[in-house]
Amino acid sequence: MSAFFIDPFVDIFSYPAFFLEVLIGGLLAGVMYSLVALGFVLIFKASGVFNFAQGAMVLFAALTLVGLIDLGAPVWLAIVATIAVMVTLAMSIEKVVLRPLVNQPAIILFMATIGISYFLDGFGQTIWGSEIKTLEVGIPKSPLMVGEVLISRFDLFAGLTAGVLVAVLAIFFQKTRVGRALRAVADDHQAAMSVGIPLRTIWVIVWSVAGIVALVAGIMWGSKLGVQFSIVLVALKALPVLILGGFTSIPGAIVGGLIIGSGEKVAEVFWGPALGGAIEDWFGYMLAMLFLLFRPQGLFGEKIIERV
Amino acid sequence: MSVETVDRPAPERGGATAPLLAVNNVEVIYDHVILVLKGVSLEVPPGGIVALLGANGAGKSTTLKAISNLLRAERGEVTKGSVQFDGERVDGLTPNDLVTRGVIQVMEGRHCFEHLTVEENLMTGAYTRREGRRAVADDLEKVYGYFPRLKERRTSQAGYTSGGEQQMTAIGRALMSRPRMILLDEPSMGLAPQLVEEIFEIVRRLNEREGVTFLLAEQNTNIALRYASYGYILENGRVVLDGDAETLRSNEDVKEFYLGLGTAGRKSYRDVKFYKRRKRWL
Repeated sequence: MSAFFIDPFVDIFSYPAFFLEVLIGGLLAGVMYSLVALGFVLIFKASGVFNFAQGAMVLFAALTLVGLIDLGAPVWLAIVATIAVMVTLAMSIEKVVLRPLVNQPAIILFMATIGISYFLDGFGQTIWGSEIKTLEVGIPKSPLMVGEVLISRFDLFAGLTAGVLVAVLAIFFQKTRVGRALRAVADDHQAAMSVGIPLRTIWVIVWSVAGIVALVAGIMWGSKLGVQFSIVLVALKALPVLILGGFTSIPGAIVGGLIIGSGEKVAEVFWGPALGGAIEDWFGYMLAMLFLLFRPQGLFGEKIIERV
Repeated sequence: MSVETVDRPAPERGGATAPLLAVNNVEVIYDHVILVLKGVSLEVPPGGIVALLGANGAGKSTTLKAISNLLRAERGEVTKGSVQFDGERVDGLTPNDLVTRGVIQVMEGRHCFEHLTVEENLMTGAYTRREGRRAVADDLEKVYGYFPRLKERRTSQAGYTSGGEQQMTAIGRALMSRPRMILLDEPSMGLAPQLVEEIFEIVRRLNEREGVTFLLAEQNTNIALRYASYGYILENGRVVLDGDAETLRSNEDVKEFYLGLGTAGRKSYRDVKFYKRRKRWL
């Protein structure tokens, strides 16, 4: 009992600097989850579809980028070319998958995205090969000492990138004509069509943006873990983040990531010994389950409006 | 009301001005099997208010969707006939093209964007506009002029506003596209009689002051015929009767079946078995 309820707190208060280090490390690691979660939120917001293929898109973007760099392209050119590839992918997905399935229930579209996910996994690895590749785009990796606290420069960079990305997306969604149209489509396809919003264009835009977000996530995760198939599994970690933050909220994806990231690191380090370790792997899912019980729309998700 | 009215050529009235909208013998099939419209023809003169009347399932909404081309998203298809707007065929166009040309539909049941604020809802109507912010902002003020209540609620999420406010939002949203013609589907649905009157008053004012032409589908025959100048009555996917609002209102069958005014005044309970069975043209 004391190992569970007393010792961890004793540790926390006796080594506050260490606690801070774990917490900051966790927060920044959480941002990495948020990057993946963002892609899900975008597509869910604009089409009500849970895009199972987001993880595969992250891998595909990273593979394409590394492939192009290995072919000798300078980094900036490779990034531009990869963005072009992701936009093309968005257009093909709209044409081949979404257009024929218009007006089908969300679950059908969800299953279609499972198909897209397998296709992308296979397609990317067929073209670029399946061995683990290192991605080097010049993100600093040496740690930074702030007072007594050790902070990873790489994670800091990731956090900054995510912050900028979120700010840009939030402005895009809230303030621009196209952003407003995206939210309108998310609420009511048919009504959006009736006021002259072209659904096809909107879908291409939203999948392109999700593709670009996937590329950013791919660069980050690829630099951290190397570009390999297991990046797809990172998408699974984005799931509790989404449940916590809400499927429809961009800030939610960030806050959810911070909570999951810091929560699992702190739990692992201070409560891990009492439970035999490896808490990190399931902590997020457990938290997500609690949320599903008490606040299913997440922290910032849109409430389902039902008027009687 | 007679069977002969069914397959007659497109009605000719007025003759002087070309119609703004002409629907010629349109047939609509849903899901490749369900025949919903069996050759509907109608005309709307520029600057007019025309009512499309009929019971549930008569094909009023389908007719409007066939015009605005929202049908395709519901797995419906126009298989015969044509739709002309301002002298040009428009039946192959997307809803987006039609809005750009000035035809916009206000769907049955309002269909506001629930999570957007009232003002954002209105602004989505300006999606197809290209004249810049100034003009759009002016139009927003104009819409608020017609619907002062919306200005008060501009920052509320549309999902939390009342039915009447949602109907106003939906109409205002359509106005933001600077339409020449609004296809208004069932504006009275689920609203209190007083509000229905208010909405129709606004329709009349928009018609008079902004020159917007209206084709409105309505179950509430009484009020529709008071505000419209011409009416078409649909039954089972066909136009069974059409005429000036005045003529329709005094038509015995219309009185009996749509206005609830029997010829013999109030019937005694004993006469019920002699009650005329409702005619159907199948």
